[in-house]
Amino acid sequence: MKRWVRACLVLLALGAALPAVTTAQPPSTTAAQDEFVPMSEVPESEKLPAAPLVIGAYAFIWLAALAYLWSIWRRVGAVDREIAQLRRDIARG
Amino acid sequence: MRRLYPVGLAVAAAMFAAAPLLIDRAPTESTMGLVQKIFYFHVPAAMTMFLSTFVSGIASGVFLFRGKQAADRVALAAAELTVVFGAMVLVTGPVWARKAWGVWWQWDARLTSSLLLWMIFVAYLLVRRYGGPGSEKLSAAVSLFGMANVPFVYVSVNVWRTLHPKTSVVPTLSPGMRGTFWFCVAAFLLLYALMMAARLRLGKQQAEVEQLYLELDERGDLPSRAS
Repeated sequence: MKRWVRACLVLLALGAALPAVTTAQPPSTTAAQDEFVPMSEVPESEKLPAAPLVIGAYAFIWLAALAYLWSIWRRVGAVDREIAQLRRDIARG
Repeated sequence: MRRLYPVGLAVAAAMFAAAPLLIDRAPTESTMGLVQKIFYFHVPAAMTMFLSTFVSGIASGVFLFRGKQAADRVALAAAELTVVFGAMVLVTGPVWARKAWGVWWQWDARLTSSLLLWMIFVAYLLVRRYGGPGSEKLSAAVSLFGMANVPFVYVSVNVWRTLHPKTSVVPTLSPGMRGTFWFCVAAFLLLYALMMAARLRLGKQQAEVEQLYLELDERGDLPSRAS
């Protein structure tokens, strides 16, 4: 497609979007704009749920224990291989 | 002993799997509600961390004053486990605090001193890893210093004003909570014993590697060291 045709199409598209941009209303909000008013009691929907925290804390215990055991297993394997190699070297010598 | 290890591991896994059922059945605390149940693994982890600190400190003392290499291996193993169980304490505690106190962290006496104790043993591991020759003795001194801190960490909640529950909480547990708590303590201690046994085996093998390298060196056949 010719360059000037493409440029005209882009300008047309921008021109069509312009009224939507200029007349757009800001989103409605319930957030306090002029002053903050305290409430006496927090509604249930706003309270932090305890169950995910308890489960998450327990899951971390499992993860930490398994991660450490895995690291021990990996290190033992590496040292075992090194010992076998060294014993072979000694036997050869 | 080796044959008992998988059995011990299975028992520990079963205890940790059963613990949530017992924790669920235990009575709910009146002021904190459900989140208080983190107590059943936060406190046993802390008790295990303190135990490990003492093991490391005492073994370090034996190494420093008697020169026993086996004691140094025990001290290193226990220091690693202090860091692991300390991490459990320092993660589960703030998770509990977020709901109970409304904040993740408070710079009060108990929390700050626990964090410092954990950092002392992280320092122990860093000294061992990067300290070069002679780092065993330096780290042993660090471990002794860490062990000396434990009584201060323990009594900090009673001496200073703090949000953290006092030490009187455990002796005054209701019967419904007591059984679950001590079951969890037993599970953590068993896990600690198993981890310690595994880590000590690694330490013993590393000592054997050193011995084999010395043997090869005496012969003049020293190969390049595996990293």
